[in-house]
Amino acid sequence: MFERLEERFHQVAPAADWCSLRCVHERSEYLAVRQNVLQPVSTSEDSGAMLTVFASGGMGYAATSDLTLSGLRRAAEQAHAWAQQSAGRSVVDFSKMPLASPRGEYASVEQIPWRSVSLADKIDLLQTECARLKIDDRIVDWDASLWYTEIDTLYLTTDGGHVRQRFHYIVPMLSATANAGAETQVRTFGGRGYCRQGGLEVLDHLGFRTAAPRIATEALQLLTAPNCPAGVMDLLLAPDQMILQIHESIGHPLELDRILGDERNYAGTSFVTPDMFGTYPYGSELLNITFDPTRSEEFASYGFDDEGQPAHREHLIKNGILLRALGGLTSQVRADLPGVANARASSWNRPPIDRMANLNLEPGTSSLEEMIAAVERGVYMQTNCSWSIDDSRNKFQFGCEWGQLIEDGTLTTVVKKPNYRGISATFWRNLKKVGNVETFTVMGTPNCGKGEPNQVIRVGHASPACLFADVEVFGGE
Amino acid sequence: MQAYFYALADALGALLHGEEIYTCTFHAEESDFVRFNRTAVRQPGTVLQRSLSLDLIQGRRHAAGDVALSGDLTLDRERLARLVVELREKLPYLPEDPYLLYATEVHNSEHHGVNRLPEKEAVLTAILAAGHGRDLVGIYAAGGIYAGFANSLGQRNWFSSYSFNFDWSFYYQGDKAVKSAYAGFVWEPDAFRRKVETAAEQLEVLRRPPRTIAPGQYRVYLAPAALHDMLDILAWGGFGLKDHRTKQTTLIKMVEEGVRLHPAVTILENTRDGVAPNFQAAGFLKPEHVTLIDAGVFHECLVSPRSAQEYGVPTNGASNREAPESVEMAAGTLARQTVLAQLDTGVYINNVWYLNYSDRSACRMTGMTRFATLWVENGAIQAPLNVMRFDESIYRMLGEHLLELTAERELILDASTYHCRSTSSSRLPGALVADFTFTL
Repeated sequence: MFERLEERFHQVAPAADWCSLRCVHERSEYLAVRQNVLQPVSTSEDSGAMLTVFASGGMGYAATSDLTLSGLRRAAEQAHAWAQQSAGRSVVDFSKMPLASPRGEYASVEQIPWRSVSLADKIDLLQTECARLKIDDRIVDWDASLWYTEIDTLYLTTDGGHVRQRFHYIVPMLSATANAGAETQVRTFGGRGYCRQGGLEVLDHLGFRTAAPRIATEALQLLTAPNCPAGVMDLLLAPDQMILQIHESIGHPLELDRILGDERNYAGTSFVTPDMFGTYPYGSELLNITFDPTRSEEFASYGFDDEGQPAHREHLIKNGILLRALGGLTSQVRADLPGVANARASSWNRPPIDRMANLNLEPGTSSLEEMIAAVERGVYMQTNCSWSIDDSRNKFQFGCEWGQLIEDGTLTTVVKKPNYRGISATFWRNLKKVGNVETFTVMGTPNCGKGEPNQVIRVGHASPACLFADVEVFGGE
Repeated sequence: MQAYFYALADALGALLHGEEIYTCTFHAEESDFVRFNRTAVRQPGTVLQRSLSLDLIQGRRHAAGDVALSGDLTLDRERLARLVVELREKLPYLPEDPYLLYATEVHNSEHHGVNRLPEKEAVLTAILAAGHGRDLVGIYAAGGIYAGFANSLGQRNWFSSYSFNFDWSFYYQGDKAVKSAYAGFVWEPDAFRRKVETAAEQLEVLRRPPRTIAPGQYRVYLAPAALHDMLDILAWGGFGLKDHRTKQTTLIKMVEEGVRLHPAVTILENTRDGVAPNFQAAGFLKPEHVTLIDAGVFHECLVSPRSAQEYGVPTNGASNREAPESVEMAAGTLARQTVLAQLDTGVYINNVWYLNYSDRSACRMTGMTRFATLWVENGAIQAPLNVMRFDESIYRMLGEHLLELTAERELILDASTYHCRSTSSSRLPGALVADFTFTL
């Protein structure tokens, strides 16, 4: 794919301060069985490149799916023209960017390659798991699917940078919908939160082949369950809800481009301000958040970000204190703050912006049983199904698929439509127990939206179960 | 671009074997994107992208594939040839698809946009001038959008459009801002100037000390942009036949229990007056109108070809998502100039943000106020309101608590640019609502 690109890049790169080429070749396959019927099998192949030019202190980009010499030359000319047009009118003087010449490689670990298993066998697997979801007439819709993607990227710079990265992603999904009258309940395989880098070995790591009966049974249980009660109480969150809590109320507010104001017209600003780094008590002393692109199985691991910066593990919050922002090189220069290698683009046709990658809550010491035993009155919630937060990332409200009351240290009644709301700036300070490594689960989401033009990107999150005090909990109507 | 696509379509026809047939859709755009922050350029660039989605069909077996195209006919014919071989090799392993449905009657159509877009330097200069002395943030997106359909039965459909959408905000401080948009096909400096002046006037109100209200129920006015976001969520599972037949529709109480909205509420998918292509991926043309809710009563679902085959009803040309793309809501009788007087005391909500369902079967949605949300007393704007979370059912806000809809409606061109520039739009009134629930 990339054999001739390097030669072409050096042929077309304009005489400017600096130029880069970022080429992305992506192949994906989606297989789904719904109500025991194979859905249309679809594949996708996408390839293109973005050229970025710094000239006279300005910056411009041009992206094209035409990778011929003439196509790349046209893109280089367009990027150069934009750089000239924005010179002296940009948010930063790009001539002062401390650019390095990155060289290196990264590759996902794939133990059972997608292609090593035949299409027929993969369809058989989905047929089997789909059929196992239909356990009752009240299950009115049910499906099983696999979404596999492989991405090959090449990053070149005119000053000798050369980075090659290869990724393999898999997202398995199961869903059962139960209905009685006007009441419908859906239970899934962790939302779309069970997504990993790797091959088909991920299915066994995640228990995909054993989950269907439980999912269908729980959907039926929810049909006849009472509504989640309302009140202020303890809240125990499973990892498949914690990932959204971390994502929305820690990840997004720490994005440095939001703090700098880039996102104010769309994704929003942040309640976090630059002066908070180093001193602000974001949560209780139990809160430890890392940016960790080094876990090979996690969804958004990589060796270099899309500005060519090498990626390392960093603590963003340590013992509750806010230390570091989620900001790539450009944002670090603009804000004069330390950051991480997280300038990422959704594909070749969008420019890199500050994104979460793998953002994890580090495990603590409490077992799940200890946390349940510590609750006099509360709710255990699993699997996010609703998410909403204000544009400063403060006032949030989340809903889960599954709730279970905790009374006097024991799990009791299943409840439907469990929701809770709070304020980021105070919620994390009520973190009173953090689950141990036995409760720690590596997950993520393929659909984080942000940016103008809009971009949807993969992010990874790993978390143990966590217990919070004094949370406003409520149910449905 | 049309000739290029039709040449590819002809090439695909020549690649078929025996009884094979194909359907395909084409998408391309050449877009300028200029991002602004604090009245400076953040990221300017151009994106040229072309892709084709192919469904290779043999009897009731079929396989689909998307491929990016270079624009070079020779290279792209080779890519399509490889794709056809790849899909053909899959067919023996696939069972017959009982729900396969594609158009077999040939209906050709063409819509050609005219490129009257402004020079990018002129726009850049105009935007930076408009933001001079102010804190402007937003995005300018402009250029050609191209879409096509072809099949081996001879059908050809073509759509092109050249539009711009400048989606921006003026910020006062913190989260206090006025949101605006200027979108269309011809950039008219006077129209843009009026938009800027209006936003600047509204910005003055935001300089007043903000008001915080306690959670509770308030009389509110939902401006068309706010109502747009609510209908956008309602479109997520509200109107599709599959969602109805699998009981996942968030309007389930309307169809299962006969619950009604206010008689003033009529909602259409109005393809005729929208700005989206009138054809879909299986080759069916969309009717001019599909009435979704008629005078408060659920009327008709959006039906994709696949759902049509599965449930034995005719398709009405919906996409696989079965969500409206050109939403129209009937006007009411409330004159816009009397909105403040009719609101009397309450909250004027220009924009909402980050909506999601909090109880799907009750069609209850939560979200935040955003941008210029104002506290009004005795018909006069008093102060900007600090952001509030709402949690309210459509059955109340467009049902028993709906007081009036405005007589004037706004055309909102969707500024979304996920993967590609949107061609969705909506034409909506504003809504005066009683006892709207704020929770946080």
